[in-house]
Amino acid sequence: MHMADALLSPGVAATMYAATAVTAGISISRLRKQEKLEVDPTAVKLPTMAVMSALVFAGQMINYTIPGTGSSGHLCGGMMLTALLGPYAGFLSMIVVLTIQCLFFADGGLMALGANVWNMAFYGCFVGYFLIYLPIMRSKLFSGRDAKAAGRLKIILASILGCVITLQLGAFSVVAETSLSGITELPFGTFCGIMLPIHLAIGLVEGLITAAVLLFVYETRPELLRDVNTAETDGKHWSAVGTLVMLAVVALVVGGGLSLKASSKPDGLEWSIFGNAEEGYSANMGLDEESYGVESQAAAAAQSIQEKTAFLPDYAFAGDEENPAGTSVSGIAGSAIVAIVAALICVIGGFFRKKHEGLPA
Amino acid sequence: MDQLAARSSMIHNMTPLSKLWIAVFYILVTVSFHKYDISGLFVMVLFPLLGYQLSYIPVLTCFHKLRVVMPLVCAVGLLNPFYDRQILLTVGTVGISAGVISMLTLMMKGVFCLMMSFLLVATTGITGICSALRQIRCPEVITTLLLLTYRYISLLLEEVSTMTTAYHLRAPGQKGIRMSAWGSFLGQLILRSMDRAQGLYESMMLRGFHGEFHSAAENKGPRAVSAAVSVICSICVLACRWYNIPALLNSLVMF
Repeated sequence: MHMADALLSPGVAATMYAATAVTAGISISRLRKQEKLEVDPTAVKLPTMAVMSALVFAGQMINYTIPGTGSSGHLCGGMMLTALLGPYAGFLSMIVVLTIQCLFFADGGLMALGANVWNMAFYGCFVGYFLIYLPIMRSKLFSGRDAKAAGRLKIILASILGCVITLQLGAFSVVAETSLSGITELPFGTFCGIMLPIHLAIGLVEGLITAAVLLFVYETRPELLRDVNTAETDGKHWSAVGTLVMLAVVALVVGGGLSLKASSKPDGLEWSIFGNAEEGYSANMGLDEESYGVESQAAAAAQSIQEKTAFLPDYAFAGDEENPAGTSVSGIAGSAIVAIVAALICVIGGFFRKKHEGLPA
Repeated sequence: MDQLAARSSMIHNMTPLSKLWIAVFYILVTVSFHKYDISGLFVMVLFPLLGYQLSYIPVLTCFHKLRVVMPLVCAVGLLNPFYDRQILLTVGTVGISAGVISMLTLMMKGVFCLMMSFLLVATTGITGICSALRQIRCPEVITTLLLLTYRYISLLLEEVSTMTTAYHLRAPGQKGIRMSAWGSFLGQLILRSMDRAQGLYESMMLRGFHGEFHSAAENKGPRAVSAAVSVICSICVLACRWYNIPALLNSLVMF
């Protein structure tokens, strides 16, 4: 799911960076607050966080390319991190994992880091935790059985459900971000058709692995899993506002992507604005008319932000837009000169390098 | 990688922050090129090339180390030729479609960005990058975690190899690890590495660690020079973006 730099326009990348930075800021402040309240300060948690990051990092090294999309399929580990560390520490750990991968293994671009963190960490850590993991763990599901068995079943259910859903959301975000950037020629629908089924399979595998690991930890050191069987003892109330915010963000992203589909064709936008309600367009999209309007606005807002933040407008050579051949073909001889200069740099550099290496250290 | 970063050269001696800035700025500008602007984009190759030569790192090292990821990056636009069939130019009798051009542009963008990020890491190292991050007020938790994780990765790999050896000794002739053992294998790995990390961390605390790494005063080149170099580089990068240099050179040659 790691996106390369070339997949994103600067505007989208900057927006994703901003979103990630805000979430990271909130996570850090929450962790600090915990530090003051509990006897479990960040300082003690750090080694655990680092080990878990290293583990997820190793897990993510096994990945494979999804042809034509420039993106890779692999395990995410967000749910596992969250279950063991809690959402805030889990999110920070994921940031670290992705940063190291980006810097040292060139997996995912430096500019695309914000988007990658969002796609892989945000959904797993926050959506997965607050909307799936926590509710399942606190629910009265399987209450007919004894506590241990119920805990086990809940872990399995939460892991599989959480991994599948969060990976789907992440994969969908990849598609939405790439399409918003207007980079690939792949139509939105086809892109979704490639990404979502693949990540459904990955999600299932990841869910099973996560469940297996969590079960093992549950059997051997249940105190590491913070939220299992805590429904009665835990005084923390789970906030409705938090849920609403989370739902709104998910809706925004999904809606943004869907309205993008409508606007990806030149006349699709008009079709989606006018006279679609009778034709059941909104029903097709699984959105009611009102919320559909909201999503479009959100997408428009995102677009305008993108235009503002777009550091260098895409079409700097105004005249060339009608005749794109103008830019690409102009200067074949010039390009040849550049190539010669490049070769010269390499030759001269090689010469100096040999000289440098020949010197005693 | 760390060996590369420990060398010394003009680029190695620049302050980490200025290198980070140049890399990020270069990537931003490179990615912003129009998808058909293949000749304008081509000039951008000169920056990383020059960087590699000035830091005495052979360009081939980058391609060799990243040989696993390169195909992935190049796969980005593989389907473009099938969707964008408008003919842009003809060479002899062969028409080249817009999709092919945009595919090539995407591949070039990907490779250039990779080259630049590799250069950044190969000349700066993780400690340098973390100190640059601290300078731009990146929270301490993140940088410390970054450094710790980077160190724990080797610890973890060591643990993995011990465990796989143990597994294979007990299950001779078996390929890989059986699915049914994955959960306990991974779980065991977590618990073992956690214990070890905890031990390590406690010993760090005993030696006076309080949540932040203090790097020794870096004996690097003057800051003003680094800042000036980064400004000049940024201007050059921008100039390449605004003026299509191959086209300008072309008109020079033609007249």
